[in-house]
Amino acid sequence: MKAGAGARRPPSPLTVRTIPLSQAATASSPIPTGAARRTGNLGDTVFEWACRGSGVFVLLLLGAIIIELFVAGLPAFRAFGLAFVTSTDWDPVQEVFGAGVSIYGTIVTAVLSIILAVPLAFGVAFYLTELAPAWLRRPVGTAIELLAAVPSIIYGMWGFFVIAPAFATHLQPWIIDNVGELPLIGFLFQGAPFGTGIFTAAFILAIMILPFIAATMRDVFEQVPPVYKESAYGLGATTWEVMRGVVIPYTRVSVVGGIMLGLGRALGETMAVTFVIGNANRISSSLFGPGNTIASLVALEFGESETGSLKLASLLALGFILFVLSFIVLATSRYLLRSRLKG
Amino acid sequence: MSLSLTAGAIPGPRKDPEVALALGRRRKRADRIVRILCVGATLVGLAFLASILLTLTYRGFEAMSLRVFTHVTAPPGSEGGLLNPIVGSLIQAALGTAIGTPIGMLVGTYLAEYARGSKFGNAVRFVSDILLSAPSILIGLFVYQILVLPFGGFSGWAGIAALAIIVIPVVVRTTEDMLTLIPNTLREAVIGLGSPKWKMIVFVCWKSAMSGIITGILLAVARVAGETAPLLFTSLGNNAWSVDLTKPMSSLPVTIYSFAGSPFEDWIALAWAGALLITLGVLSLNILARTVLRGRK
Amino acid sequence: MSTTAETGAAEANTQGFGGVQARSEAVLNPPRIAIRNLEFFYGDNRALKGIDFDIPDRQVTGMIGPSGCGKSTLLRVLNRMYSLYPGQRATGEAMIDGMNIVAPDADLNALRAKIGMVFQKPTPFPMTIFENIAFGVRLHEKLSKAQMDERVEWALTRAAIWDEVKDRLDASALGLSGGQQQRLCIARTIAVRPEVILFDEPTSALDPISTLKIEELIDELKRDFTIVIVTHNMQQAARCADQVAFFYLGELIEVAPAAQMFTAPKHPKTQEYITGRFG
Repeated sequence: MKAGAGARRPPSPLTVRTIPLSQAATASSPIPTGAARRTGNLGDTVFEWACRGSGVFVLLLLGAIIIELFVAGLPAFRAFGLAFVTSTDWDPVQEVFGAGVSIYGTIVTAVLSIILAVPLAFGVAFYLTELAPAWLRRPVGTAIELLAAVPSIIYGMWGFFVIAPAFATHLQPWIIDNVGELPLIGFLFQGAPFGTGIFTAAFILAIMILPFIAATMRDVFEQVPPVYKESAYGLGATTWEVMRGVVIPYTRVSVVGGIMLGLGRALGETMAVTFVIGNANRISSSLFGPGNTIASLVALEFGESETGSLKLASLLALGFILFVLSFIVLATSRYLLRSRLKG
Repeated sequence: MSLSLTAGAIPGPRKDPEVALALGRRRKRADRIVRILCVGATLVGLAFLASILLTLTYRGFEAMSLRVFTHVTAPPGSEGGLLNPIVGSLIQAALGTAIGTPIGMLVGTYLAEYARGSKFGNAVRFVSDILLSAPSILIGLFVYQILVLPFGGFSGWAGIAALAIIVIPVVVRTTEDMLTLIPNTLREAVIGLGSPKWKMIVFVCWKSAMSGIITGILLAVARVAGETAPLLFTSLGNNAWSVDLTKPMSSLPVTIYSFAGSPFEDWIALAWAGALLITLGVLSLNILARTVLRGRK
Repeated sequence: MSTTAETGAAEANTQGFGGVQARSEAVLNPPRIAIRNLEFFYGDNRALKGIDFDIPDRQVTGMIGPSGCGKSTLLRVLNRMYSLYPGQRATGEAMIDGMNIVAPDADLNALRAKIGMVFQKPTPFPMTIFENIAFGVRLHEKLSKAQMDERVEWALTRAAIWDEVKDRLDASALGLSGGQQQRLCIARTIAVRPEVILFDEPTSALDPISTLKIEELIDELKRDFTIVIVTHNMQQAARCADQVAFFYLGELIEVAPAAQMFTAPKHPKTQEYITGRFG
């Protein structure tokens, strides 16, 4: 290795810097791209620009989505101003539209789903990294990941025909009787047990984002060097103490990133929520009450909107707001997970 | 004080075996409780999957018959099938993937072979990752704005465009990941033979990464085959037989959506049959993709 | 990595076994751990074969031998670290206080409190310096705030790092230098008040000055703790150990007081190894 070090350049991490041996003697500095090379240049130029052009296309695509949604929603922002975001009216007859209820529903269902999903996801990730026997890890891990592959519409049907009736007859009456009377939090669990509503939507969302959060947690837990875990075991710690004392502190940034990824997904989920949220444009104090989200409102009302109407503009404006919300959450998630992406 | 410390006297109460034992018991109990909770959480997750699959199997097979595959959708009570949605879904998913895959591969190649570490490359990677998780309904709205409104109506092409936009980031991610795994020594060896860079990428890098890229494509197909929201405002749906891509086109997810939400028993039954078909297809594609990838390792 | 390995080899080459300065003390204390017919398996692969020897109380036992000879494996048997991994198992006896370490029903948490371990690379936990020490203590004892402060100071003092960190106990341990991190890990281990401390090549990732500090520390610690150290560096074994055990291909070839081992090894294989002819 020492003998070769002088004769040969150490392998560069940047492939673009690779010098063909035939030209190494004449090249005084690394040649940055194929386009600059003398031979085979037409193919290289065309190919590189095809690649680069596709990259530009993807950039433009996202830019176009943002601009199109904003421009199309502009009439609504013009007509209602900032009040569009806060107003809870949605009255097609009077032509008065506000995003307040659906923004509220979007955020409440997403946050509630995170509260439900994170402990489950942690349990699954802990089980898969530390507890499960080796032969079970792959099948169980795959099964959990398959939860992410089931289409949204299927969750909607399952939620509407299986979960909602079960909630209406069993879970919700029990909670209303036992928790609804409590001071401070009781009001969240009052009202009639419809089965559908904010709570059910959040529950379905929780199952849908569970695999994303669990997979991220599992991946980052596995990246903790074994010797750190051994150090903690060496002090006499139990598996749970190693997890709490070493693994979680080590991975907390990425874990939060994984949770944000789940949150981002929950915000924009459409079909499943449309089936079970009850679709009512009102904010009820009880979590069992019906509501809507930006995505469910757009999915339901879009078909009934006339081209060029203020209603259509309002729906597109809602889309723009949803995009901004998801963008912030997903960008944060990606920022927090950047160390993992590099590795 | 420091004298006594260096002399080795251990401060604090003498090591009390009783305390250590009691603490040990408590700690082990806590450990056991957490373990049980974690096994419980995993079982709950698996139970959800099982419940979904069992419900689909039970209600889907109940409604399944040859008619589902041979008849087009029909008004309630008149012996309809799902032929046009099935064909519509196949066409749109296939063409959407066919359009999105090359673009995605080129972008992934750009990120892995040309733009590692560059600012522009990082921006493209960031945008692609955002698109990967962005709400798909917004892509539907976007395509509605640029392809449906200006061109006078819902069409199969609009649906295909929406699906292609969803395919791109999936393929970008797997292509880049797989190309990054290829050792630089291989690239140097090819370039060392005097090959132009594009031939190195196409004939060596892509070839070595092929099973990984195929995995990405399969996952992309599985993803778009189940998408409903982006098709609602693009290809809309069509109750009659139509393979004309300039007209509204039927698709399984959208048909399931409208049938499942209807008050008609036979439509709901057909929705279950469709749900079973689509889930079987999507899950098989996922498992196939995993097998392809594992076969390589 | 390369520095210590290279200097170790160079020293062994130039000085030969006669030139190695071993400690003169030849009397070994009564045994603390008695190892009898110990065998270890990675799956079907037998990594330790019929190991028999005693580890003397409050002295330093050095374990030497070429890579893959089983010395590190034996160390990981002594605090049951191998139990974390499926497919690894040990048979035979390693008795401490009338308890067999490798017995399936051994209380691992209590055992590891009794037998601490310091690793090749420093492993500071991602928390403050104070919390690093307190983490292990809290597992086994209930101490008041004042008692904990006292314990942390004691452990850091014994690990010869107190003066360097006393003003920044609330700073992250990750900001310390490599040598400081390793001494912090030693402090973390002794804070639990173990009876035996296992060192797995504790200086192989450190510079020569940090190495010297750790070696002095080990010498100091043996007044209170029984110490077992795995090392690749013959000089280090000679400087630190009272008893030296030489392993080769999973077998214990020779065990003897350090002075005897380095001046008059009985087995030809030992002689070859310590004169640097292989390994």
